[in-house]
Amino acid sequence: MSPEMINLIAASTGETLYMVAVSALIATLFGLPLGVFLATSGKGELFAAPWVNRVLGVIVNATRSTPFIILVVAIIPFTRLIAGTSIGTNAAIVPLTIAATPFIARLIEGAIREVDQGLTEAARAFGASPLQIVLKVLLPEALPGIVLGLTLAIVSLLGFSAMVGAVGGGGLGDLGIRYGYQRFMPEMMLAVVVVLIVLVQAVQSIGDRLARHLNKRIRHA
Amino acid sequence: MNAPLGYIGDTPTQRLIPAQPIVRLEKVSKTFPGRDGQPVTALRETDLAVSQGSILGVIGRSGAGKSTLIRLVNGLEKPSSGKVIVDGADIAALPEAALRHARRSIGMIFQHFNLLSSRTAAQNIALPLEVAGFGKAEIRTRVEELLALVGLSDKRNRYPSELSGGQKQRVGIARALATKPKVLLSDEATSALDPETTRSILDLLARINDELGLTILLITHEMAVIRNIAREVAVIEGGRIVEQGDVFEVFTRPQHEVTRSFLADESGRALPPYVQSRLTSEATPGSQAVIRIGFRGPHATDPVLARLARDLDIEANILSGSVDEIAGRPFGTLVVGVPETAVSTTLDFLKKHGLDTEVLGYVA
Repeated sequence: MSPEMINLIAASTGETLYMVAVSALIATLFGLPLGVFLATSGKGELFAAPWVNRVLGVIVNATRSTPFIILVVAIIPFTRLIAGTSIGTNAAIVPLTIAATPFIARLIEGAIREVDQGLTEAARAFGASPLQIVLKVLLPEALPGIVLGLTLAIVSLLGFSAMVGAVGGGGLGDLGIRYGYQRFMPEMMLAVVVVLIVLVQAVQSIGDRLARHLNKRIRHA
Repeated sequence: MNAPLGYIGDTPTQRLIPAQPIVRLEKVSKTFPGRDGQPVTALRETDLAVSQGSILGVIGRSGAGKSTLIRLVNGLEKPSSGKVIVDGADIAALPEAALRHARRSIGMIFQHFNLLSSRTAAQNIALPLEVAGFGKAEIRTRVEELLALVGLSDKRNRYPSELSGGQKQRVGIARALATKPKVLLSDEATSALDPETTRSILDLLARINDELGLTILLITHEMAVIRNIAREVAVIEGGRIVEQGDVFEVFTRPQHEVTRSFLADESGRALPPYVQSRLTSEATPGSQAVIRIGFRGPHATDPVLARLARDLDIEANILSGSVDEIAGRPFGTLVVGVPETAVSTTLDFLKKHGLDTEVLGYVA
């Protein structure tokens, strides 16, 4: 493989990591409170607001059921508004974030709902406010599950980020399509796939290890 | 107002009445919306008073309404009607912030401990203090005191997954005591523990009651719990308190069917199976009447059966017998069979000697 190719792969990997990192960060920023709210605003729950909960649930489901490639195209005007352009790595971050936010919200909702109801009851019994229950009981107890959820979300984002290559988003997917497919360079396609496999493996094992470290429910030998 | 003695009034002078119960339920009812739209009544018109410094045990089968009852006391549930008064405050009428503040003086422990798995023993105990806004130094001192009180100073940095059931409940107790409550609610706190651990947890609760003067309201389905530490008992069935009073009085002279059934669960009190299976409610010629005799306190050692034989020439067969201790006082139970023709003479004789009697049935 020529040094130019290696440089291309390195640059594209950098772009992919940048897109995934920034969109994962922003999506977590929005998804975390959204997930907490979804998990605590049902009927009879801490911040009971069943109607708001239902409306948000519908919006989250609608976003999640839109195929990513369609989402990318459908929100081009919005992407232009935010990023100033609809082409390139920065522009790709907008649809990536929008697709990841409801996904992360659902994962965090699930992790919080896994927390034993008895803990909320105990916290209420010793005088904790709903906000204190979220911050001091639900989030710390759900943390291992949240870490696993975020790991899953980052892995999915790696896949999505390869798709934005199809619309000129840059990154490994873009490289694979342009060189591997359009210029008939199967070795480039292979290299892209290998890099993605390595990235996914790395993210997954870091996430697993962190979650295991945080989980005190299981005795560590 | 038809208030009994020690009614907590609205004026400060009335609050000073010493007999004042610290927890009072007045005509409390609680209805839940049922699954099929039919409301489910968990508690009906219940009155209950727990006097300061006492240990009151509420015993009932599952579904009798005891969980609802205890959860009303710290406002985890709101009554559908009636009043819940704790330390002079109407819990059901308090706004949310005031209720949270009031809950700091009502500790609670749970059947499944409900400890945070992500926090060590010490950090779990610290949680109510953090929530209440205490300073770091103050929390550290208080947590050390509490760990020492429950005998877990050497386990302070262990996570709940590294502790035994009994140790977890000790952490639960320490956490419940962190904010120096006046009342401790115990929700089946020993039901998930083996008998030996149960005993040690009950001993700890009794010691806390004694040393700190803490009032304890506990709910349980286990007779042993009531017998070991309660001073007063309330028997609950179908959302109603069917019997209540001093533990020894209630258990030696049970008035209600449910109370008797709890007593029958105890070993030594149940009839032997071969008698139970042949028991009928009607006397037939030549049958034997099965009589339960209760010996309380001073009568526990009377040679009654010998006298029965000597004075009246009635020979009683002993079917089963036991001597128990209830609330620290001895109580004997003897189940005997006498000829059906001698029943009324025997009962008169036993009553004259101050014994409690109950005809359980007849055996042909």
